[in-house]
Amino acid sequence: MASLVIAEHDGKVLKDSTNKTVTAAAQVSTPVHVLVAGSGADAVAQAASKLAGVEKVIYADDAIYAKLVAEPVAKLILSLADKYDAILAPATTNGKNYMPRVAATLDVPQISEILKVDSPDTFERPIYAGNAIATVQAAPGKKVITVRTTAFKPAEATGSASVEKIGGAGDDGISKFMSEELSKSERPELTSAKIVISGGRGMQSGENFHMLDKIADKLHAAVGASRAAVDAGFVPNDYQVGQTGKVVAPELYIAVGISGAIQHLAGMKDSKVIAAINKDEEAPIFQVADFGLVADLFKAIPEMDEELTKLGY
Amino acid sequence: MKVIVPVKRVIDYNVKVRVKADQTGVDLANVKMSMNPFDEISVEEAIRLKEKGKATEVIAVSIGPQQASETIRTALAMGADRGILVKTDGEVEPLAVAKILKAICEAEQPGLVITGKQAIDDDSNQTGQMLAALLGWPQATFAHKLELGDGKADIEREIDGGLQTVEVKLPAVMTTDLRLNEPRYASLPNIMKAKKKPIDEKTPADYGVDVTPRLKTLKVTEPPKRQAGIKVKSVSELLAKLKEVGAI
Repeated sequence: MASLVIAEHDGKVLKDSTNKTVTAAAQVSTPVHVLVAGSGADAVAQAASKLAGVEKVIYADDAIYAKLVAEPVAKLILSLADKYDAILAPATTNGKNYMPRVAATLDVPQISEILKVDSPDTFERPIYAGNAIATVQAAPGKKVITVRTTAFKPAEATGSASVEKIGGAGDDGISKFMSEELSKSERPELTSAKIVISGGRGMQSGENFHMLDKIADKLHAAVGASRAAVDAGFVPNDYQVGQTGKVVAPELYIAVGISGAIQHLAGMKDSKVIAAINKDEEAPIFQVADFGLVADLFKAIPEMDEELTKLGY
Repeated sequence: MKVIVPVKRVIDYNVKVRVKADQTGVDLANVKMSMNPFDEISVEEAIRLKEKGKATEVIAVSIGPQQASETIRTALAMGADRGILVKTDGEVEPLAVAKILKAICEAEQPGLVITGKQAIDDDSNQTGQMLAALLGWPQATFAHKLELGDGKADIEREIDGGLQTVEVKLPAVMTTDLRLNEPRYASLPNIMKAKKKPIDEKTPADYGVDVTPRLKTLKVTEPPKRQAGIKVKSVSELLAKLKEVGAI
């Protein structure tokens, strides 16, 4: 039949996680359609129409979709579900929020955070914080899937799909968006940055994270943190890389003062290159690092800053 | 207002899990089991509501083997009032769990159900949302802060990029994230008291729910192992290596 990908966006920009979900969807069922639920999100719909492999973009333009509140978005997806045998969304906090609602209403199980499509009905997904991989086979019928986007390559922007504009599917009035407080940053987002530099408990304070900011500015990197650093109050929760935070897989991951707890490794071990700086040479992070430097970060990081300047960064 | 808190018995979060050699699952023999950490946060939040006089009764529900009654006892020792154990052997998928919880909600008529955002064994992150869908109730996932109002709740949620507040009409389902609260330890007198609190024993059939898994687990394997690389001696050597492999 066809698959429907629910676009991730902020009203203005189509997020890269959508491009990756399109890649996964194309392996499950074709043609691939993309649903953009938004309010005044024409630019997002246009961007989605350019993704290679997408046949059609359905753009539901209604004020109730401005903040992707779960109840109305699930209702919208359900109103379109008949025409699709697979419905996929990136496993972002949005996708995780509305997709199980869709699955339960359709009376089908959801397959969460797939890493790989083995065949159109068989998927690999992480369990136990990525310490085991389960291969699961879905029964015939509709599939509702969330996608761990770090595991798929993004669809390229070489396509030209049609955009069909539709209205909203209504709202039951049981929930509403009140406010939001988003972290402001000039830097790339953690989950889509090519380079991530993260600090752990070894950073000792929130102040000290500014040392990482300087390096991040030079390398156009995002700044992350371990759960220990977040729990210690050094940085806000949305910095957290790990099983209970964000899962990242950049080209380069630099772990600074991070010991490498299982829960952190689960969030970054798929990075292409891992560099670690830690004064404890026994730290488990060195078991996964391509390049390890046993050093005091308070010496190494300022030195790295200087060296990068010398190298012209 | 009654509050229902589902609690799941899982491998303790400190235990390093081992995949069975025959690839049928992970080894649960002689492994320490505990309450799912997110569920502890749910129990704590429910008890706080009771302490503030906003909840009248906290009911802990577990769906699992006979030993899951220990997990309910833990919730009772923390301060929950009574328990319901729905006995099943083998794996129960989130959709089946949600169907059983739906039936319990219809019988108990709670004002709020508080579930953990996910269980740390199957990492599904589905049950709360599915329950809300089946009941036609609103949901507030990944809760960071709860403010209960009159017939409604304002719930601050942890989302990618920051925090978001939604208002939901009650009854509703809330799923808990890590920073909602810090769960208490049960005191010895409360552990003793919990032994006298009632636990109802039921089966999925009592609720007319078929718990046969809909997804077939073909195999469970170890994730690919990453090889340790090399140690470098200085920052300049590190940067040279990173340049060499094209990482910077």
